[in-house]
Amino acid sequence: MKAIVSVIGKDKRGIIAHVSAALYKMDVNIEDISQTILQEYFTMIMAVDLDASPLDFDAVKTRLAELGASLGVEINIQLQSIFDSMHRVDTGAHSL
Amino acid sequence: MYGNREILETINMVSHQHLDVRTITMGISLLDCITDSPKRTCDKIYDKIMRRAGNLVRVGDDIAREIGVPIVNKRVSVTPVAIVAAASRGHMEIIRTLDRAAEEIGIDFLGGYSALVHKAMSPYEREFLLSIPQALAETRKICSSVNVATSKAGINMDAVALMGQIVKDCAYLTRDQGSLGCAKLVVFANAVEDNPFMAGAFLGMGEDDCVINVGVSGPGVVKSALERVDGDLTEVAECIKQTAFKITRVGQLVCREASKRLGASSGIVDLSLAPTPVVGDSVAHILEEIGLESVGACGTTATLALLNDAVKKGGVMASSHVGGLSGAFIPVSEDAGMIRAAESGLLTLEKLEAMTAVCSVGLDMIAVPGDTSAQVISALIADEIAIGVVNTKTTAVRVIPAYGKKVGDYVEFGGLLGRAPVMPIHTASPAKFIARGGRIPAPLHSNKN
Repeated sequence: MKAIVSVIGKDKRGIIAHVSAALYKMDVNIEDISQTILQEYFTMIMAVDLDASPLDFDAVKTRLAELGASLGVEINIQLQSIFDSMHRVDTGAHSL
Repeated sequence: MYGNREILETINMVSHQHLDVRTITMGISLLDCITDSPKRTCDKIYDKIMRRAGNLVRVGDDIAREIGVPIVNKRVSVTPVAIVAAASRGHMEIIRTLDRAAEEIGIDFLGGYSALVHKAMSPYEREFLLSIPQALAETRKICSSVNVATSKAGINMDAVALMGQIVKDCAYLTRDQGSLGCAKLVVFANAVEDNPFMAGAFLGMGEDDCVINVGVSGPGVVKSALERVDGDLTEVAECIKQTAFKITRVGQLVCREASKRLGASSGIVDLSLAPTPVVGDSVAHILEEIGLESVGACGTTATLALLNDAVKKGGVMASSHVGGLSGAFIPVSEDAGMIRAAESGLLTLEKLEAMTAVCSVGLDMIAVPGDTSAQVISALIADEIAIGVVNTKTTAVRVIPAYGKKVGDYVEFGGLLGRAPVMPIHTASPAKFIARGGRIPAPLHSNKN
């Protein structure tokens, strides 16, 4: 199951390290990562694969949200298909 | 492939521009529940709704969490009850059964306490229509609709005459709740069989046994996209088309996935831009962004025509099957911009009527004084229905003659139904016209065979 993790919030040290470590602990594989700072706001986008994780999607989502709360940033995870649907004409909107 | 800009655009649509999927509506056929006994009919209806829609709310919530887009309403539409109850009678027992089932499965609304009387009313259908006020006053989740005209059949003016009084009775019986019953009753011309939106949803006779129809939303997303357009109206239309494509794709994804998980067939995506009273989720504000000082100004009908057309063009390619009402909604009480313009007198009932000629769906969620006569309500319905019949489109009336209220007062419903300023309506009497009854013949151009 492919998904996109987005991290948005005030920039501070260690955000990437914390999020990567949390994903590693959940056996969620990071396939791509990029980050920018937009008007003081840290924005990180990760493409991830949950197939190897023993946790279900909701559990991963909850843990990331808790981590976000402790770091003071917003961490969300959404299935990749929502972005495929909206931004690709050819393959989107078939299934999750 | 898409990049971070697109990903952030999607996230922003949800977090700042009120993008949501307005409704997943499961259409359930009750044709196989028809018996000659009210009790057996009710038992079969209850069992079928629990069996087919028992997981609807959970599945809707699961999908919303996974894609990160809220799915605001989960609803059920059923075969028109006037058809289901024609053999057994007992429509009041049926509506109580439907309300109980709706409550137990946790859906927001159940539509289909409906009758199709566009050509004529049988004696039973007349009895059924007369039960609507009581039915809506007694139940919480049930919505009702009546089709009184089609472009093929013309306008059943006997039904229109009756509906004026029924709307008034609904207002009276629910007077303690701001005449809320009227917000759950729609009078249609050319009603569609796959509409996912309330209060007018029912499942038509040509539909599958169990089908998922999805209604999208997103006026705020369109408005935000237009804020970045500085060009001419061709560019405005292009921007709306592209945005509508993206919004509709979300609906298409949800429709496919929900139907798969619920074992239902995948029906249609309704492309309607449905506003809510929340600031930043208004169709009126889109028209103002295009360049009007206020909705209701000269130019309102033209800008709405542009918006409605561009939404359809963008949405059609995004969805395998488009259906329902598919256009911009203009419910007054549910749109912050419409409410403000109606309050200040800039938006009148006459202008709203003109607007309905170029968009879906009709005179929607409009409060008028409580002492408006039944004949005036019937004539208002007749005018709006005539627009639909002659233009071969769906139109509808959901009007609230708010009991005990006068122009300048408000009806407060709260939630998605919002608040409606009571608007002035012409009181010159159409009583003789309405009392004539009969049928207004179908327009010449409907005779296409």
